[in-house]
Amino acid sequence: MLGNLTFSAIPTDPITIGGGALMILSIATIVGLLTYFKKWKWLWTEWLTSVDHKKIGVMYIILAFVMILRGFSDAIMMRLQQVLSVGDSTGFLPPEHYDQIFTAHGVIMIFFVAMPLMFGLFNLVVPLQIGARDVAYPFLNSMSLWLTVAGAVLVNLSLVVGEFAATGWLAYPPLSGIVYSPGVGVDYYIWALQIAGVGSLISGINFFVTILMMRCPGMTLMRMPVFVWTAFSSVALVIIIFPILTATLGMLSLDRLLGMHFFTSDFGGNAMMYVNLIWAWGHPEVYVLVLPAFGIFSEVVSAFSQKKLFGYTTMIWATVAITFFSFLVWAHHFFTMGAGANVNAFFGIMTMIIAIPTGVKVFNWLFTMFRGRIIFASPMLWTIGFIFTFTIGGMTGVLLSVPVADFQLHNSLFLIAHFHNTIIGGVVFGYFAGITYWFPKIFGFKLNERLGKAAFWHWIVGFFVAFVPLYILGLMGMTRRLSHIDAGTGWEPLLYVSMAGVAIIGIGVVLQILQFIISIRDRKKNLDVTGDPWNGRTLEWSTSSPPPFYNFAIIPTVHGRHPFWDMKHGVGVPQEKPSYEDIHMPRNTAMGLYIACAGFLLGFSLIWHIWWLAAMGIFGIVALVIIRSFDYDTDYYVPAAKVAKIEKARTK
Amino acid sequence: MRVIFVAAVVGLTIFFGAYIGSHNMGVFNPKGIIALAEMNLIITTTLLMLIVVIPVFVLLAVFVWRYRASNTKAKYTPDWHSNRALEIIWWTIPIIIISIIAGITWTSSHELDPYKPIVSNVPPITIQVVALDWKWLFIYPEQNIATVNFVQFPKDTPVNFKITADAPMNSFWIPQLAGQIYAMAGMDTKLHIVSNEEGEYAGVSANYSGFGFSGMKFIAKATSKEEFDKWVKEVRQSPNALSLDEYNKLAKKSRNNEVAYYSSVAEKLYTMIIMKYMTPEMDM
Repeated sequence: MLGNLTFSAIPTDPITIGGGALMILSIATIVGLLTYFKKWKWLWTEWLTSVDHKKIGVMYIILAFVMILRGFSDAIMMRLQQVLSVGDSTGFLPPEHYDQIFTAHGVIMIFFVAMPLMFGLFNLVVPLQIGARDVAYPFLNSMSLWLTVAGAVLVNLSLVVGEFAATGWLAYPPLSGIVYSPGVGVDYYIWALQIAGVGSLISGINFFVTILMMRCPGMTLMRMPVFVWTAFSSVALVIIIFPILTATLGMLSLDRLLGMHFFTSDFGGNAMMYVNLIWAWGHPEVYVLVLPAFGIFSEVVSAFSQKKLFGYTTMIWATVAITFFSFLVWAHHFFTMGAGANVNAFFGIMTMIIAIPTGVKVFNWLFTMFRGRIIFASPMLWTIGFIFTFTIGGMTGVLLSVPVADFQLHNSLFLIAHFHNTIIGGVVFGYFAGITYWFPKIFGFKLNERLGKAAFWHWIVGFFVAFVPLYILGLMGMTRRLSHIDAGTGWEPLLYVSMAGVAIIGIGVVLQILQFIISIRDRKKNLDVTGDPWNGRTLEWSTSSPPPFYNFAIIPTVHGRHPFWDMKHGVGVPQEKPSYEDIHMPRNTAMGLYIACAGFLLGFSLIWHIWWLAAMGIFGIVALVIIRSFDYDTDYYVPAAKVAKIEKARTK
Repeated sequence: MRVIFVAAVVGLTIFFGAYIGSHNMGVFNPKGIIALAEMNLIITTTLLMLIVVIPVFVLLAVFVWRYRASNTKAKYTPDWHSNRALEIIWWTIPIIIISIIAGITWTSSHELDPYKPIVSNVPPITIQVVALDWKWLFIYPEQNIATVNFVQFPKDTPVNFKITADAPMNSFWIPQLAGQIYAMAGMDTKLHIVSNEEGEYAGVSANYSGFGFSGMKFIAKATSKEEFDKWVKEVRQSPNALSLDEYNKLAKKSRNNEVAYYSSVAEKLYTMIIMKYMTPEMDM
């Protein structure tokens, strides 16, 4: 009846029980609060079934923040284990548990923190920046969100029912094959990523079409804000690479479920093919994440230097160049496979070529500050911190792209330090800058600056204290993913320093949580009544904070790259007495949520081999899609009179 | 606050300096010509990049300080947003530096190709390496002996490692002697190294391969030729022989294995280990 699922799937070690209990307790608290304040209906109609891009964006970011707490706890446990497990001591985690933790850390941080943060910011900002009222496919947008949530729920469920993969975050076969990993861990990994991956792909298509088709009159491609351009490049990459991920994981699951031999060592299978395919997805993926961060820095550096962005056209072409070259570098993740000098040299050189457009971007940001008037608000601090940190990460990246140097650095902690250098220094700093920058637009009040700045300083100091030791340890020959360290290596002092760095970052995270709590408490003091708290240049600042659900009462017409700046200076100002028209809006629907629930059941049943439930899951998805396609009542018009009334109340 | 910050930075720098000075720096403490060349390449590349990176840091510091909003004496040009000459400069400089590094990449990738035999007057020694769950098996086909988690060879003698796995993928790495190469089931990868100094060097698996991965370590010992020959004789005295049965026992999962010696090895064992993944009906 329940396939392989039995009571023995419930873990019994105290750490897992503790984690699981904490998770269940948090859920119970939320459920309790919602019931006590009678907010269920509000939650359902205003949020869960909403197709409003702003609300979907907020929900993506909430998901990311919940998951970053888990990913960060994993990081703390890893650091703790490595300082405790030296010589005769084995620490507090057996390898069977530790290995799941580093796998979960990577998977969660990339798929369930970075990706939701990115799509969250796209949702919040892109439609507003291009003067649109929603995305191209609002229903699919809701469905993408819930599919991502379904994947995240599967990952968290693995904590209390069964186990997670213990294979590393990319689950190389043959280790991830059924012979070496007979448990359900890899299946959790596969189906969590498959379901979330479909969400990412659909979301990618959605924003691709939105940016191409929904721009307001006058906004030509070369007038789009840089953030929109980087979002566009990013989703173009998503559309091309996510099918590779889906196919690769699909083949891996066929190996596991049906005994096929795509990637097994025997019967003609080829594990090296998996490594190629997964990196053909995996390398462009890091550019998917970092390009939008580059876009955010471009917006922020201009706003807080109170100056136009230097070299707009160059920025765009540099972005496009990076997008293109990101497809030609995947093999640099396995120079040590023995592919031969010509192949290695080609992929090495392609990789270092990416440093050229990236370097040009850095110079453009620097010269945006040149002869500016720099305000050190926290988004700007993140940006300055980024330029410093990311430049070091770029340097170690070029070093790793030289194949012969890579032979000595690959898989060592040097590599770990490098990619955290780029991902924390680039992606994380960027998204934090973006959230602080656009927060007042979405919620109508600014975040507390004092705590924001304190959080920044803890993050950047903590980053260097945590990762400089890892660079050194890598050069000493310490490899990644060690659950135990031999006596006599002399590595302990540096591991303690690194642990201290993580603690400093931890304080930064606490400060950020406090920042949200205190900012919400003091929101009356930090209200943004103008809709333009930073003296912005782009369209999102031309509407109120928060914007009405239709974003713009009248779709703006754009005459240049800085439409709102122009309006503030008398160019293209909307007419004095606006004449409103009926506004066409999508209707809320719970269908996305239902489909994701069916997807979740399908994933769960495939993990545990509960075939009847799998059949129901597939049937459910197909039936729901058919039902939705016969629903003709998916949109409505806000009458002009009502728009006028809302606008009058809003601009009073 | 600022004082604490500066003190912490200075303190940590001194600590890192002292630490580096007093510990074995692995990659930066090479004991063979291959590792030496690799270290020099890392240093050269880093220095080349600093040509761009240092100016970036200087510009960043200067601009952030000089153009702070409170400094109203500094020039302010809010609408200045492009300058062809400047942009050409910072396209050109990275292009030149990356071209130089690309040239170095091309030549070094060929010269230091791990598959390329090392030219030497001394005849090379061949050692076959098998990554098992979770230990390293070394087979000396010429001496007909085998060892576990310990490999010895004469110094100044090129060593031709032939590497495979009878387990998930691992990576064979002796940081002080040469960069790593993957060990994969059904595959035969190669690594050519030489040790120019006598000594014991740490060897590891660099690629995670499962629960016993942390214990997958070995010692690589370089000695004089005489000492090596003496050691071979000693291994031949071992009561254990690596027959097929014995190998199948050894290949079973085990963690933190002790060093073991085998006085003889089943014929063509290494080839059979590779071939069993090519011809699935073959049972060992």
